[in-house]
Amino acid sequence: MLSRIGEPRDASSQPDIGRSLFAPRDLLAEALAGMLQRPARSALTMLGTVLGVGAFVAVLGLTATASSQIDDRFNVLSATEVTVEDIAHEQDKFAGAAFPDDATDRVERLNGVRHAGVLWMVKPRRSAAELAVTAAPVGHTGGEALSVVAAAPATLRAAEPRLSQGRLYDDFHADARQRVTVISSGIAARLGITTLETKPAIFIGGQPFTVIGIVEDVQRQPDVLLSVLVPQTTAVEMWGRPTEGGRMLIATDLGAARQVAGEAPTALRPDHPEYLKAVPPPDPKSLRTSVTSDLEQLFLLLAGVCLVIGAVGIANTTLVAVLERTGEIGLRRALGAQRRHVTAQFLAESGTLGAFGGLLGTAIGTLAVLVVALIRDWTPVMHPVTLATAPFIGLATGVVAGIYPARRASSVQPAEALRG
Amino acid sequence: MTASPAPSEPPVIEFRQVGLTYPGPPPVEAFRPGDLVVRKGEFITVVGPSGSGKSTFLNIAGLLDTPTRGSFLLDGIDTGRLKDTERTTLRGRRIGFVFQAFHLLPHRSARENVELAMVYGGVPRRERPQRASEALARVGLGHRTDALPTRMSGGERQRVAIARALVARPSLLLCDEPTGNLDSGNAEAVLQLLETLNAEGITVVLITHDLAVAARGRRTITIRDGTLSESEQVGAC
Repeated sequence: MLSRIGEPRDASSQPDIGRSLFAPRDLLAEALAGMLQRPARSALTMLGTVLGVGAFVAVLGLTATASSQIDDRFNVLSATEVTVEDIAHEQDKFAGAAFPDDATDRVERLNGVRHAGVLWMVKPRRSAAELAVTAAPVGHTGGEALSVVAAAPATLRAAEPRLSQGRLYDDFHADARQRVTVISSGIAARLGITTLETKPAIFIGGQPFTVIGIVEDVQRQPDVLLSVLVPQTTAVEMWGRPTEGGRMLIATDLGAARQVAGEAPTALRPDHPEYLKAVPPPDPKSLRTSVTSDLEQLFLLLAGVCLVIGAVGIANTTLVAVLERTGEIGLRRALGAQRRHVTAQFLAESGTLGAFGGLLGTAIGTLAVLVVALIRDWTPVMHPVTLATAPFIGLATGVVAGIYPARRASSVQPAEALRG
Repeated sequence: MTASPAPSEPPVIEFRQVGLTYPGPPPVEAFRPGDLVVRKGEFITVVGPSGSGKSTFLNIAGLLDTPTRGSFLLDGIDTGRLKDTERTTLRGRRIGFVFQAFHLLPHRSARENVELAMVYGGVPRRERPQRASEALARVGLGHRTDALPTRMSGGERQRVAIARALVARPSLLLCDEPTGNLDSGNAEAVLQLLETLNAEGITVVLITHDLAVAARGRRTITIRDGTLSESEQVGAC
């Protein structure tokens, strides 16, 4: 930015002329003033860059947002749920039930496990009448077609039930093999049970079970709502061990599910971990919605076209400004502005236009992503790099567009420009 | 008016057989080789009909054009030896221009217009408003510093332009038809201002086609067909 007397051709007789300067701050001030001289024209000129950069940001933002959305199936509840299935009969016909009696203790000792308990559907050994559920000891011969599910107290806790009346059975009931049951409100209605204050009982195969709780809803394993739940120890005593179809429900801490799924079979059956199959929650990565990259590229191409149009607009306006402001250019040259100062000023003006367009485009693009995310109930995701580069793309567009007009400006002959 | 400066004053403009021929075809001899010395503190007028070479004289003296013959010394500096960028710097530092068309930026206040003359001269930003205000006060516009040129009369605009020419403290005030766009009242005010500034020691070269204006100078140079000739004005003003 400075010019001095170059080679000391005759240094002794030529006094120092000094330097011509154009400080960066002055350059910026002049560029801003030049832009604000015609605000409407500047705004229109910016439009192309705004659209281009806006489209760029919106496309990249929407792609990032869409691709990081996780399927509805994946939520906190399913992410903390592990089920372990008894597949012992597939491995060995004579293996019997794979779950040990102390299954709850074994699994709840693992890190990250909140509740763990077994459940199985009780199967009649001889006839279906063994498991006929009725509200009274006599009368209905067939009984209600309800299934009976044996579940450990911890299983109920893991299912996260919401009780409408009464309570869940606990370890005391299980240890004492008490004949108690927990039923859903739907079953209660079918059996004519409206209140627990009368200590109602239901009959399973003629055997009375006291209803101690009515469950309104469960968070996990909703199929148990269709069944009459009894403690697993009571079920074993009355109907024997299950031969197959047993499973375990484990509620874990967030993030611990996959680890627990890996450990549970060994913890339950160190001798035959292969008898058990742990089902971890689905991997969120595999559930991501994929946006086809073809579409993304098409939109980026459109953004590029917008930018080119924006650049042409800026070039055109700047060129017109150069022609209009020939007098001003001549004046600046008369006041000591070097050619490169004039070049710099017009480059700065077009660059400022581009940068403002880029900033505005970034804002609009981000807003578009936010609106779409809001409508689709998505979490908006923006890569910081996208946001950081977008205004610079606008700046670069402006500067490139300004090269030719700025060169034209610097070649203005001050003597001719000042005439008239 | 002060008396003519003594010959001992250093020359501001020194033409040594300066000539300018535009290369053809056909070559045009816009300015025939001639000598001229303008000393510090002088007020000279350059007069001639249109097309006589006044503009060429202005361009050479204002370092806007380079002579093809002879040498032009500004403040003793041989401008023929300078590079283009150096001539530009010299122009910005030592010559204050006043144009017929004022050449003010319409969207900037009077003070900002004056400050523009200091942007390229390396005057620190914080000093500029003060100096601009002083220059405007010197031309009698101390009360109009924030006015836009579009809201000013022609005379006021030309005074802003003069303030802009003065603010960089040049050696030479080069005025090209400064009264050409003004009515007689404003023209008289501007001429009086230039005379006052000259009396304060500023060298003024005024180019005009108007003989009445030309008569205001201590010396008058006549240009005819690109040739300089001098006629001493006695008892002007």
